[in-house]
Amino acid sequence: MSAIEFERPSFKLEDLWTDRRWRGIGIQVIAIGALFAFLAYIVNNTINNLHLLGIETGYGFLSEPSNYDINQHLIEYSSRSTHARAALVGILNTLLIAVTGVFAATLIGFAAGVLRLSRNWLISRIMYIYVEVTRNVPVLLQILFWHALVVHSLPRPKQALEPLPGTFLSNRGFVIPSFEFNEGSWVILAAFVVAIIVAIAFARHARKVQDATGKIYPVISINLAIIVGLPILAHFAAGQPVGLEWPALKGFNFRGGLVVTPEFLALWFALSVYTAAFIAEIVRAGIQAVSHGQTEAAYALGLRPNWTMRLIILPQALRVIIPPLISEYLNLTKNSSLAIAVGYMDIVATIGGISLNQTGRALESMSIVLSLYLLFSLLISSVMNWYNKRVALVER
Amino acid sequence: MTDTLKEHAPGSHPDLPPPVTSRGAIRWMRENLFSSPTNTVLTLLSIYLIYVVVPPLIDWAFINSVVDAGSRDECWSKAGGACWAVVSVRFGQLMYGFYPEALRWRVDLTFILLAFAVAPILFDKVPFRRPWLVFSFAFPVIAYFLLWGGLGLEHVESSKFGGFMLTLVIGLTGIAVSLPIGILLALGRQSDLLVLKVISVCFIEFIRGVPLITLLFVASTLLNYFLPPGTYFDLLLRVLIMVTLFAAAYIAEVIRGGLQAIPKGQFEAAMAMGLSYWKMMGLIVLPQAMKISIPGIVNTFIGLYKDTTLVVIIGLLDPLGLTQSILADSKWQGLSTELYVFIAVFFFVSCFGMSRYSIYLEKKLETGHKR
Repeated sequence: MSAIEFERPSFKLEDLWTDRRWRGIGIQVIAIGALFAFLAYIVNNTINNLHLLGIETGYGFLSEPSNYDINQHLIEYSSRSTHARAALVGILNTLLIAVTGVFAATLIGFAAGVLRLSRNWLISRIMYIYVEVTRNVPVLLQILFWHALVVHSLPRPKQALEPLPGTFLSNRGFVIPSFEFNEGSWVILAAFVVAIIVAIAFARHARKVQDATGKIYPVISINLAIIVGLPILAHFAAGQPVGLEWPALKGFNFRGGLVVTPEFLALWFALSVYTAAFIAEIVRAGIQAVSHGQTEAAYALGLRPNWTMRLIILPQALRVIIPPLISEYLNLTKNSSLAIAVGYMDIVATIGGISLNQTGRALESMSIVLSLYLLFSLLISSVMNWYNKRVALVER
Repeated sequence: MTDTLKEHAPGSHPDLPPPVTSRGAIRWMRENLFSSPTNTVLTLLSIYLIYVVVPPLIDWAFINSVVDAGSRDECWSKAGGACWAVVSVRFGQLMYGFYPEALRWRVDLTFILLAFAVAPILFDKVPFRRPWLVFSFAFPVIAYFLLWGGLGLEHVESSKFGGFMLTLVIGLTGIAVSLPIGILLALGRQSDLLVLKVISVCFIEFIRGVPLITLLFVASTLLNYFLPPGTYFDLLLRVLIMVTLFAAAYIAEVIRGGLQAIPKGQFEAAMAMGLSYWKMMGLIVLPQAMKISIPGIVNTFIGLYKDTTLVVIIGLLDPLGLTQSILADSKWQGLSTELYVFIAVFFFVSCFGMSRYSIYLEKKLETGHKR
């Protein structure tokens, strides 16, 4: 067998569109050229414009005082703080709405998804209506609707509703008792840390026992008791250093306690309910994706229905549920930027809104906002990729 | 019992009907509503929920509502329910925004023609489909001249556009333009050409990583910097471009999922037949990939359509923007619920319709490969 030698023809100009490889290279060179020409055009225009308008560039404005107030700040902030601090307050507010929203949306979504599959006709119909109505109405409309409802329909502070003793619901928001940390509170923090360490140790021990003997401890409830109970015990042992500050009506508004603003309330509720409808559909699809044979096999092995759900169906369904679930979390975080419509001060409203308008530094402010959101997305999608790799079915 | 025994020979007795409790409505209720204690509790809770929500809602929206009134106070003096008068009095504005009243027939005509133009695209069993499709593809040009003027029609500024008409213009333009761009981006992302791939990935990931509202802010605040000094660039056009690019990135990801689901054998068979890249994609791969992607594509369209409401934040007068201006009128203050419910119903009908159509399309294209 003799090898056939092909003589590679030398490059000719028409190869650029007739030869597959050369054509590929040609297209790529053109694409790079066009891209750079486009970028150069934009940068050039921007420099010209900034020069014409006499706008200085640079991030120096971040250390100047912001001169505006933010009604909800998780860290110390006043109008004399810097723009950078305002941005940080905004980031924390975005994170607050994202974390609380994700928590509530997951709870409501899983409940709705499971109930949607219920054999009970009535409840599954109700959940169907809930899912379809919420999914098909713009979330901005829902946020505005709930905000209007809180601000216009709830009574004034003087006639505030009292759903639970010590909590007040009025058009100024939801006021709940807040914790007051007096001297010696560190004991409780320490007890909390110890409780977590003990809980992890117990979980490991239970795992070992189960592997060795097959005996199953109720790990979740015992650990919950440890994590909640130990700090409470420490609180009483250290002479009750943590007190509750009760809100009280003074004049036209409440003093003391923790005030959940109407903006936060409306945004949080609307985003949770909206995202939960999507999560419900994801959960339903995930459970339905597990073949019915799995349930039958589990019953045949003598597992009880709730054990079948917990040990057989849910772990397999979660593999289908988690990736779209995480992208829903990301959507919720991005949708929280609609906060600006009701005046909740998140990143977009602080640095991308008031700071931008006060300093005129549009390029710098928007670049900060965009890169922060990109950072969130990259973080969340890397978590998702890591999880996908971990749970992917290992096939041949 | 003894009588029946006597009348029939052993074994020849006709079947008795099942007991009352295991047939008909009672059986259905026992199986579906009261099969276990938990189920019974759920059923009772649901009935209570319905009792609490539905009658007051019907009372508010229909029985005690007022359609005909000149102001909020007149409404409230007539009945305590919903004051739909705000919708009926401001109906023209909610539909057309500030489009000149004398020219509104042009908008009506556009949307009548639109219904006519989309029919052959949505349904393939219409008569004369081919010539009809030519009209469908010419429609965007006709619509442009009808809405903005030109060719002898009076010019209308896009700042006069508003209401549901604006929603439809942004939503439908976005839907129509983002699909081809999305397909190209998806092909770019799956391409062997490294440069195209990197550009597509960066574009898609950037757009998907930031909220639409920040992109709209970029369009309204930054775009002036990027263009040559003194260029005027219509705000509506900027919004259209941003919304389209935004949807295109999401569509690209949906179609990429479809492309990845096509077995490699299909590509190889097409190449073995000597098809060029575009023929392979256009005739073999994309028809199959698009079919798989239908639910995702329609979901993206629904999302885009709902996201058109965000334009209110950069100052365009979509229904939500008009709501704010109507509520600022002292005659209609405080009627936000009525207006929001009206807008919600509009969006619900159109989005729910779209999702039903996608289910119909999926069923129609189902070719029975499922095991």
